[in-house]
Amino acid sequence: MSEPIKFSIQDVNLYYGDFQALHHISLDVPQNSITAFIGPSGCGKSTMLKSLNRMNDLVEGCRIEGDILLDGVDVYRQMDAVELRRRVGMVFQKPNPFPMSIYDNIAYGPRTHGVKSRSQLDEIVEESLRAAAMWDEVKDRLKKSALGLSGGQQQRLCIARALSVKPEVLLMDEPTSALDPISTMKIEDLVLEIKKKYTIIIVTHNMQQATRISDRTAFFLHGEVVEYDDTANLFSMPKDKRTEDYITGRFG
Amino acid sequence: MNHKTFSERLMEPLFLLSAAVSIASVVMICVFLFASGLPAIAEIGPFEFLFGQRWKPVDVPPSFGILSMIVGTLYVTGGAIVLGVPVGILCAIFCACFCPKKLHKVIGPAVGLLAGIPSIIYGFFGMQLVVPFVRTHFGGNGFSILSAAIILGIMILPTIISISESSLRAVDPSYLEAALGLGATYEEAVFRVVLPAAKSGVLTSIILGIGRAAGETMAVVMVAGGAVMPLDKIELLKPIRTLTANIVTEMSYSSGLHTDALIATGVVLFAFIILLNLLLGVLRAKKEG
Repeated sequence: MSEPIKFSIQDVNLYYGDFQALHHISLDVPQNSITAFIGPSGCGKSTMLKSLNRMNDLVEGCRIEGDILLDGVDVYRQMDAVELRRRVGMVFQKPNPFPMSIYDNIAYGPRTHGVKSRSQLDEIVEESLRAAAMWDEVKDRLKKSALGLSGGQQQRLCIARALSVKPEVLLMDEPTSALDPISTMKIEDLVLEIKKKYTIIIVTHNMQQATRISDRTAFFLHGEVVEYDDTANLFSMPKDKRTEDYITGRFG
Repeated sequence: MNHKTFSERLMEPLFLLSAAVSIASVVMICVFLFASGLPAIAEIGPFEFLFGQRWKPVDVPPSFGILSMIVGTLYVTGGAIVLGVPVGILCAIFCACFCPKKLHKVIGPAVGLLAGIPSIIYGFFGMQLVVPFVRTHFGGNGFSILSAAIILGIMILPTIISISESSLRAVDPSYLEAALGLGATYEEAVFRVVLPAAKSGVLTSIILGIGRAAGETMAVVMVAGGAVMPLDKIELLKPIRTLTANIVTEMSYSSGLHTDALIATGVVLFAFIILLNLLLGVLRAKKEG
């Protein structure tokens, strides 16, 4: 790995009440790469993802042990959750644009962080929509409700919205699972495109998707990381029998 | 199986009858109100009735101008909205987004109880506590627009809280997540994403609150004093008479045109409520469209 480490997860255990959802997870996520978390439902991959920007803080009874470092700084002990989430954006499974105009959706983040000038906002909106490759599609209807967009467009809008606050990392939680194949392809192209500027961690159910876009893949099972390797290696010559069984479709 | 049991066959007409009763009631109220009220308005003269400032029903010749009561209703209702809406909406936001579950078990039923208290009790509470409070701290004799607005502001709270709260709770939680994911604080997410998303429900609650305040009678009569003031003498700390108060204070001894003029007062109030309902309909249509 030539790139520096962006996220370092060190021996993380996570509990929901008495239930332990993550067991001794350790992995390093390199900068400007795409890392995929794969595994069957309930294996802890989304839980791991949501720990990275502390969205689990909202869940009652959630407790976490171990260290998660962003650029070497502990995100739970040395960083404010709000600042962390500005630096680590998130795209959710279900497209969730706000019930506002396309423009206001993108401008929400910058406004929250104190950008008031109209021209500056205009600039950010255009830049973000261009980054999400949808500027030409929506530039004539920025004032229209975002809820009028198709599912695929809504999800790209959500990516644009996440990019509007200029994060360093983008977490994507099964971003294409609710979309048709063409929309999925567009999002995958987009993710490959923005990888140059951002570190991306994507949770996916779809193993083809992981092989198509990710540089590294972590296979989760029962709250543990069974194997974490370069994507090409993991899928062509898995070291662990369980990984092999999963990627060849024997379970999950 | 297309076979209906006896009880099913019995219940169907019963349901229909029940539905018919409520529709018939509305129709009959409309017919009664307009049949007795409109001729009176015609006799007095619509302009004289609506915009006249003299209400001297037993003088010879009598005058029936209800403008100051229309204005009185507007003032008292407006005051209730100014006082009740912010408190109600903030309470709803607290209940829906900030309140710990245990505390909600206390607040929820308390708000429900507030809705169930008879208006005469509110009036009594107003006379014993609010009127003296206003007299001591603001001046005048206490029976005033302000006192009525305070009591009505409290009375519309349950309407505003319960409807706003349920519309806030109905907001897709993914909006909140998305806002937090962008680095908004929880408060920013609630006020700038969740609240706007619940806008139509909140507006509905305000409109229903206006309807409740404008139609309230007993509590208002007990704290507002009831004097018919000329327009230029209407003040926050002076007594006032509303449309509803006008009807209830004079109905028992009125006769002839006077009675019909009081019914016509009801027509004006009724028209106001219909207007609010239309507004509500527009709001709902907008939400669905």
